[in-house]
Amino acid sequence: MSAVKLSDRPSLRSPGLMKYDKARQTELLLLPERVVELNDTAGAILRLCDGQRTVTQLIEELETVYVQTGLGDDIVAFISSAAERGWLELCN
Amino acid sequence: MVGTMQLDLPYALTAEVTHRCPLHCPYCSNPIELRQRENELSTDEWLSVLTQAGDLGVAQVHFTGGEPLLRQDLEVLVHCAREAELYVNLITSGIGLTEERLRQLSEAGINSVQLSVQASSAKLADSIAGFNSHELKRQAAQRIRASGLPLHMNVVLHRANLHQIEEIIELCVEWGAQRLELANAQYYGWALRNVQQLLPRREQLQEAEAAYVRARERFRNQIELLWILPDYYEEFPKPCIGGWGRLSLTVAPDGRVLPCTAASEIRSLSFENVKERELSWIWKHSPSFNAFRGSDWMPEPCKSCERRELDYGGCRCQAFLLTGDARTADPVCKWSPHRYAITDRIRSIENIDDHAPAPVYSYRGR
Repeated sequence: MSAVKLSDRPSLRSPGLMKYDKARQTELLLLPERVVELNDTAGAILRLCDGQRTVTQLIEELETVYVQTGLGDDIVAFISSAAERGWLELCN
Repeated sequence: MVGTMQLDLPYALTAEVTHRCPLHCPYCSNPIELRQRENELSTDEWLSVLTQAGDLGVAQVHFTGGEPLLRQDLEVLVHCAREAELYVNLITSGIGLTEERLRQLSEAGINSVQLSVQASSAKLADSIAGFNSHELKRQAAQRIRASGLPLHMNVVLHRANLHQIEEIIELCVEWGAQRLELANAQYYGWALRNVQQLLPRREQLQEAEAAYVRARERFRNQIELLWILPDYYEEFPKPCIGGWGRLSLTVAPDGRVLPCTAASEIRSLSFENVKERELSWIWKHSPSFNAFRGSDWMPEPCKSCERRELDYGGCRCQAFLLTGDARTADPVCKWSPHRYAITDRIRSIENIDDHAPAPVYSYRGR
């Protein structure tokens, strides 16, 4: 597993792209040879991975948007698996 | 059939913008009947296809050919595809990819480039391509890397280059590729015409696969390697492009819309053209796209087979090319009554000496 630190600033790994697909009404992650259909939460997390926000900031924002607390562990686990799959880069 | 089942939307469009190509590879996936320049879609027709594709749910376009760089309007098409929010991948031989051209394509918004290579040594590569292209490809790879675009590469593997597999992987690492498709030849079109010259022996293939496994370990962190199975030596067929009319579509240079790049060789089907019909209608309602959706069309042994949802009876194009009936089980399947079409071919090349003189190919487009 990639060790995700709360101070990391994750960003989509080039040349990956996010796209909101109107036809399917879902977020897609576009990779060179593949398209990944994301569920709402995965889409929301990846949308915030812009290389600017830290993991801490990203958790705060999502907890505000979803009006929930305690999302941190799930978000970190998702970011870690996304990094593992090569979707994200973890920049310090 | 449509209406009784969930119709998926296509994720990817293969835009075969031309069949023209400076290379003459004997395994080319283009059909034997290559479309001439005068039959190619115009710029405006392609722009309409790309916009319609975006509206239909396509998220990714692969510009290919022939050699897509031979279309002088490629930059305009790329720009339009990006406007339609499509991820743009260019599949190229690299011939004609000058610094200027690459800059223009970059500015138009291209996302990644896949460059082909034929072998690790220039001598062999150029004899396979029927054109002195290897050095030009090396330069193209260098330019792609210098531009900051991700470089992906592919090589078609067959009897004449399988022994070089480790050197080919080393070469692609050296050229800066992040990903390499090791695609064992698939026998359609030109490759089927040259199958006697291309098909490797089983032992040769096993040695190459072992070399691939070693290289995967050695270059684990440097390059992503993809091994595309040589289906003639499998017991079960490869799944028909993830299901006929399920994930992707191809638009041929003349505007015909195909479920896959090899489908135009299925003579028992006729394919609609974007000049006459909307892309969305073709995807949803055309007889050709509905011909092999679901499993109602299947005869035995596929109909009652537990693997039918895994491989959809295998490749429809291969079934047609080897049996004359596109509905029948892919002859690769060990349960196919036509399995002999594969085993006979394998038997006929079993005793060919590895050091036999270079094969005489039917070069594509010559």
